[in-house]
Amino acid sequence: MTIAPGPEQTQTDLVTVVVDDISVRVPKGTLVIRVAEQMGVEIPRFCDHPLLDAVAACRMCLIEIDGNPKPQPACAITVTDGMKVKTQRTSPVAEKAQEGVMEFLLLNHPLDCPICDKGGECPLQNQAMTAGRGESRFEGKKRTFPKPINISAQILLDRERCVSCARCTRFADQIAGDPMLELLERGAQQQVGVADDAPFDSYFSGNTIQICPVGALTSSLYRFRSRPFDLVSTPTTCEHCASGCSLRTDVRRGEITRRLAWDDPEVNEEWNCDKGRFAFKYTHDGRVKTPLIREDGELRPASWPEALDAAARGLAAAGDRVGVLTGGRLTREDAYSYAKFARIVLGTDDIDFRSRPASDEEAQFLAAAVAGRLLGPTYADLDAADNVVMVGLEPEDESPIIMLRLRRAARKAGTRVWGVSPVNTRGLAKVDGTWVPCRAGDEAALLRSALQSGDSPADGSAEAAAVQITRALSTPGAVLLIGERLASVPGALSAAWALAERTGARVGWVPRRAGERGALDAGALAGLLPGGRPLTDPTARAEVARVWGVEPDQLPRYAGRAGSGAIVESASALVLAGIEPDDDPDRSAILAALGSETFVVSIETHHSAVTELADVILPVAVDAERAGSYTDWEGRVRPFGAAITGVSTVTDSRVLAMLADTMDRSIGRGDIGELRSELAALGNWTGSRAAAPDAIPETRVSDGLRLASWRLLLDLGRLQDGEPHLAATARATEALMSPATAAAYGLTDGALVTVTAVGTGSRPRGSVCVALRLDDVAHDTVWLPMNSPGCSVLVDLQSVPGESVLISLEASA
Amino acid sequence: MPELPPSVRGFGVTFKTIFKRVVTEQYPEQADRFPPKPRFHGRHQLNRWADGLEKCIGCELCAWACPADAILVEGANNEDGDRHSPGERYGRVYQINYLRCIFCGLCIEACPTRALTMTNEFELADDNRVDLIFTKEDLLAPLLPGMVAPPHDMVADFDEKDYYAGKVIGATPEQQRSAIDDRVAKEGS
Repeated sequence: MTIAPGPEQTQTDLVTVVVDDISVRVPKGTLVIRVAEQMGVEIPRFCDHPLLDAVAACRMCLIEIDGNPKPQPACAITVTDGMKVKTQRTSPVAEKAQEGVMEFLLLNHPLDCPICDKGGECPLQNQAMTAGRGESRFEGKKRTFPKPINISAQILLDRERCVSCARCTRFADQIAGDPMLELLERGAQQQVGVADDAPFDSYFSGNTIQICPVGALTSSLYRFRSRPFDLVSTPTTCEHCASGCSLRTDVRRGEITRRLAWDDPEVNEEWNCDKGRFAFKYTHDGRVKTPLIREDGELRPASWPEALDAAARGLAAAGDRVGVLTGGRLTREDAYSYAKFARIVLGTDDIDFRSRPASDEEAQFLAAAVAGRLLGPTYADLDAADNVVMVGLEPEDESPIIMLRLRRAARKAGTRVWGVSPVNTRGLAKVDGTWVPCRAGDEAALLRSALQSGDSPADGSAEAAAVQITRALSTPGAVLLIGERLASVPGALSAAWALAERTGARVGWVPRRAGERGALDAGALAGLLPGGRPLTDPTARAEVARVWGVEPDQLPRYAGRAGSGAIVESASALVLAGIEPDDDPDRSAILAALGSETFVVSIETHHSAVTELADVILPVAVDAERAGSYTDWEGRVRPFGAAITGVSTVTDSRVLAMLADTMDRSIGRGDIGELRSELAALGNWTGSRAAAPDAIPETRVSDGLRLASWRLLLDLGRLQDGEPHLAATARATEALMSPATAAAYGLTDGALVTVTAVGTGSRPRGSVCVALRLDDVAHDTVWLPMNSPGCSVLVDLQSVPGESVLISLEASA
Repeated sequence: MPELPPSVRGFGVTFKTIFKRVVTEQYPEQADRFPPKPRFHGRHQLNRWADGLEKCIGCELCAWACPADAILVEGANNEDGDRHSPGERYGRVYQINYLRCIFCGLCIEACPTRALTMTNEFELADDNRVDLIFTKEDLLAPLLPGMVAPPHDMVADFDEKDYYAGKVIGATPEQQRSAIDDRVAKEGS
């Protein structure tokens, strides 16, 4: 990153350099190629990338420097005072040198442009035109390789096209921390490659395609799909997680052909993860196309007025006993519409966006600490912090850009990362983090003892870890990152918040889904009005009522139920938006409600387990078809435009506005401009907030083997539907245990094991059968992927992390 | 010689013309007598290699070159067992909109494989718009004797470079046999 010089720096650290006979003053240590860039002189280059360490591998940027006998690479030379630089514009020597390098690069480069995916947007094509010769003088035979080869299921490598710039290998090594790509061999045989038994299964592999300056790396997904001039590009925001990546979506004839990481230095820099890049096929497949009404148990297509009428009658019949579950994937504007619709049309406060393990303690924590707060802590704060402590968060799987930013902070700014986790993960190793082993469910106890710890160091025990965490959090700028998983650990969020208050650390709550923070701020949670306003506060009610154009009395008087289980059980009608019952620990309650007399309106994009049983289904637009915004985990609003235009789908907000009109209560038109101006008019709550929760951790006796789990980045999520190449790069479904624990249970590495839930009460004992891998795992813990092929913790085991499980060797093995 | 009145003098032109050669071409009755010049820019054609594989690689350079935006191409991957052209890529979708085409021939110049050329056919009138968008089936050159309809494999032991070097002179017995096998398999199923 280019760091802008501070005020005192401008006084002392500037040097004078002469570039092409123009004298400029620039900060000391700037690369010559950047100085030229800022002056508007473009020096051709391939290997240079501002976010990668300089390597001077391609030699394309040769320039003349006074006093140097030979041309020098501009991408690797920093300016010194009085340096005189001549680029190709003024120096015949530099021009000839660049022409020579280009000729060398083209010697073995095949004439593949017509069949190459990079054709039309290729730096080598472009610079061959500006800095190359018109005719080749080469008469020999070009070096050839078999092409293309798969270095992962998604990434194809064509070694003939490679110019050995080492951008991909440097990205894999420096940025992603997956050093599986390497330059092999020497001389003309030099090539990028992977080990035979280790494909390039990085979560960030797609970035190498984007930074490859030739067409050597391409994707299976975009292979031969289109040319740059066919594409209509729209700046968008990634809908997959709360990292908030800025993307560019390219559409050809109404169909998304690819998505690229877009440059946002404050958030994702120029990177994104493979899920954000490749998982977009869901946009087109399995969509609900028309409104549907259930009649005599069968769904039939209906017109919009008919379906709206049916939905309105069903909801009106339920009175105020209607529950609203919005799921965590709605845009900020849509979540706001649901919040408004529930309060003034349905007259209910039974609304929740958390379609996942959640708790009342979490709702209280969110109201006190997160909802309607200003931006921060931010990605930049992670750079600036001396210490970052993560609890209940696996950065690589659950928020990949946090992992990338922490990795950079650790490498460049010396940030020390601490991971309180049941598993010492690959993601934690990449950020050079210190693992604080903690069994799932024990986070609360650990944080509580950190809170109570003095400064006396004790060693070798949980006590020592608690002291370490307290010390780390007490350093200037320290950040405590809390994953949404802590919701299922009683007392953990209370202890974390209290610990942050005591140490002065800033708290970042990192939900997994893109819409959760926005839904929270928009008031899609019982007891909370938009902007973090408490429903029971008269001033807050008055503020909201004024913007909504209603009397404060018309808002629900008492805070409603939170949590999908509580809402579903008490409701006689439900409005469900974008939820999958299988994501919820209360899935059986939701499925029972769907199958029972409860009237269910499903506002959905895709056919799902909900639409199979709902009474009225109203189809809505996916993100690509509409404008909107998300709020990332920092609290930063990330707007996006409609990538696919000219389709007749409508947004959730429009559907709710129409439904409200049908029920003779107006909530406005539901268009994006109106919603945004309402949200801006409401702003954030400035009055007093609800008290932070003060739940006490459960005291747990030694309870045998405990389950730890989270969702892998690439799993069975519905938004990854229809993309087999991406799914093939997912991590294997396997159970993790520490060698000591495994030995105690008589299990060995690679054994096929059965993990069985300890059923409680009415819940049955489910089990899964997976291969076991021994790793750094907390004692008496078995880790399973939450929702991967062959292993769904919530469905198969009907358990949540922290509960006890049994393990045995698979009988048939 | 006394001057004739202008009204009579005017008929002189008529009389002279009666005895001159007729230049009017009788179209369509005598269209065969007056073929277009060999380099006339007529309807396009997508050519084939001697064994029947398509020359088009779906690179879209023709579409890029087209000043009238009349051409639509979508490339695709030649899979094993579903090969339409030598090499990695073929044109899965190929359309020329003759309501837009201005017959300038820039597409022909852009084509890197000589897949796209122009025929002399100029009879391109119709009474509806849809039929004037020619698709790949309309544009592909007819199968000549010795050619086998794709998809089929390349000539054994040859790669695309051998095709470009002009080494392929017709479908090999192997290619013809496999085409028959494919047809039998398709009809049998």
